[in-house]
Amino acid sequence: MSKGRFGIHGGQYIPETLMNAVIELEEAYNRYKDDPDFNRELTELLNEYAGRPSRLYYAARMTEDLGGAKIYLKREDLNHTGAHKINNVLGQVLLAKRMGKTRVIAETGAGQHGVATATAAALMGMECVVYMGREDTIRQALNVYRMRLLGAEVRPVDSGTGTLKDAVSETFREWTSRIEDTHYVLGSVMGPHPFPTIVRDFQAVISREIKQQMLEKEGRLPDAVLACVGGGSNAIGAFYHFIEDPQVRLIGCEAAGRGVDTFETAATIATGRLGIFHGMKSYFCQDEYGQIAPVYSISAGLDYPGIGPEHAYLHDIGRAEYVPVTDEEAVNAFEYLSRTEGIIPAIESAHAVAHAMKIAGQMGKDKILVINISGRGDKDCAAIARYRGEDIHD
Amino acid sequence: MTDVREARAGMKGAESSRAGGKTIRIADAFANGKAFIPFITCGDPDLETTEALVKAAAENGADLIELGIPFSDPTAEGPVIQEANERALKAGTTTDKVFALVARLRETLTIPLVFMTYANVVFSYGTERFLSECVRVGIQGLILPDIPFEEKAEFEPACREKGLELVSLIAPTSEERIGMIAKEAAGFVYCVSSLGVTGVRKEITTDVGAMVKLVKAAKDIPCAIGFGISTPEQARKMAAVSDGAIVGSAIMKLIAAHGRESVPYVAQYVREMKDAVRM
Repeated sequence: MSKGRFGIHGGQYIPETLMNAVIELEEAYNRYKDDPDFNRELTELLNEYAGRPSRLYYAARMTEDLGGAKIYLKREDLNHTGAHKINNVLGQVLLAKRMGKTRVIAETGAGQHGVATATAAALMGMECVVYMGREDTIRQALNVYRMRLLGAEVRPVDSGTGTLKDAVSETFREWTSRIEDTHYVLGSVMGPHPFPTIVRDFQAVISREIKQQMLEKEGRLPDAVLACVGGGSNAIGAFYHFIEDPQVRLIGCEAAGRGVDTFETAATIATGRLGIFHGMKSYFCQDEYGQIAPVYSISAGLDYPGIGPEHAYLHDIGRAEYVPVTDEEAVNAFEYLSRTEGIIPAIESAHAVAHAMKIAGQMGKDKILVINISGRGDKDCAAIARYRGEDIHD
Repeated sequence: MTDVREARAGMKGAESSRAGGKTIRIADAFANGKAFIPFITCGDPDLETTEALVKAAAENGADLIELGIPFSDPTAEGPVIQEANERALKAGTTTDKVFALVARLRETLTIPLVFMTYANVVFSYGTERFLSECVRVGIQGLILPDIPFEEKAEFEPACREKGLELVSLIAPTSEERIGMIAKEAAGFVYCVSSLGVTGVRKEITTDVGAMVKLVKAAKDIPCAIGFGISTPEQARKMAAVSDGAIVGSAIMKLIAAHGRESVPYVAQYVREMKDAVRM
């Protein structure tokens, strides 16, 4: 069995041209991950530049309104650039710099990972090119402008469905043509080994903090941790240090789009099956002949036909649950959290809020639930307004 | 011919397919001087045209033909073959229809045929079932660009068991990996001439001859060079330092331009390219 396996999932299903690049990356990561200088510099950046640790906020009004479990919000939306993506990006760009790379490329869906990569590249004086599906450049025009403002070049991708999966394909193609000076900053816990492990390790800071903050505030572990899942980087970050605590329920909220009984969905665990794509074996939305399905979600960041291999494994062994949440439920939650707590969550994170709204009331008042608010929702306001039939300019 | 197909359907673990009593092998492609290997995406613009194109290519000197089974997200391809894949899928091409096409072609065709597709097309069909169908219809091997040496255990043992050859690829970045890959290679080694994805290139700057030498030092196996070749001059140069030239995008461009009328254009192109590599 090849490297980077999570049960049967994972692996390195990529063209030979890229093999030495991922081997080089793995060697560099193994060299630096426990290196005191590297970690000092990364921690300094995470704390002083990105604003970590992020707060664990007790949502009193939401708790009271839902009438069940105590609800805490992990405020990844308060990070610099407005989402959890910066955790991984600072780690990878620092690593790329140590490897002598002068240029970074990245895919982006909602634009949050692209903005984070453009930000880190600006900070560290590196050239940056971001691939973004044409459709997403329209849905997330503000983030396109932010990336350009930060000095990155944004290349719209027209192939396929013009969304996140096509942006990933195009970034892999670009990497194949230029490896020597270029690092691919993959934005989620997906792709070929070592990416799922590297991205998880850089995002694991989320659950490390939740655990510590929860012990400080409540003197015990939470009963459930909820996070939205596209590729699954914020979710694995929020889950990781709780995997060893079986009493903590881990719940990943997938984007069901218009429903898991329609083709307009991106819920991979609910509607996908085992496959090999984008460098990994995992679950994918696909037809009977293995053609990757053109998935749909209102959320550009969850609009991906696969799921990271470690999530596929956590699903297989029953350690984590994966539930579908529709556009409508997510939009309701987006508005609910804005009104109830004065926090506008990213539409991605609103999927996790929506599921919390379903289960909190059924849990006892002695129970504790943590929702990872992976990002802020400013970028989504125009799209949500459109969804509600209101036309505002981005 | 029906009885021949039925007989093939019953073959299990066959060494390779037969036509007119003669066993067809990938090695045949390299027995006729330097090989010219065209790639054709099945179903672009439709499967009837593909059938005529494959026959015309064989009649005009193709030594082996790579048949592309279209995939929705061909990550190793440049725009020309990406678009060919899209057109083929839109036209309703499926893996089963491609198997039926090959079965029809095998009624007359005696040159080796390999499938070039992506891992998920094989895996999702059921690897065992897919490979059995390959044997039944008369395919000799598989090229899967998203299966590197490290992952070949996914398909290679099953291929070997059925007498099919899983072709290995080496790239300009392979360097010290070439020996390891070549030692376990089967059929022929596909030498990727350039960085990047498939597509026409003005110049090929990699020293592909040196890559071929490293392969040959590890194993006596034919080497064919692909990626970026479009002109007879390029094909001649590449064939001079290897055992053959592979051309995909230049052919798919002709098919994109001429659609159902593309057969004579492709026939003439294959003839010119085979003349260029023949020596």
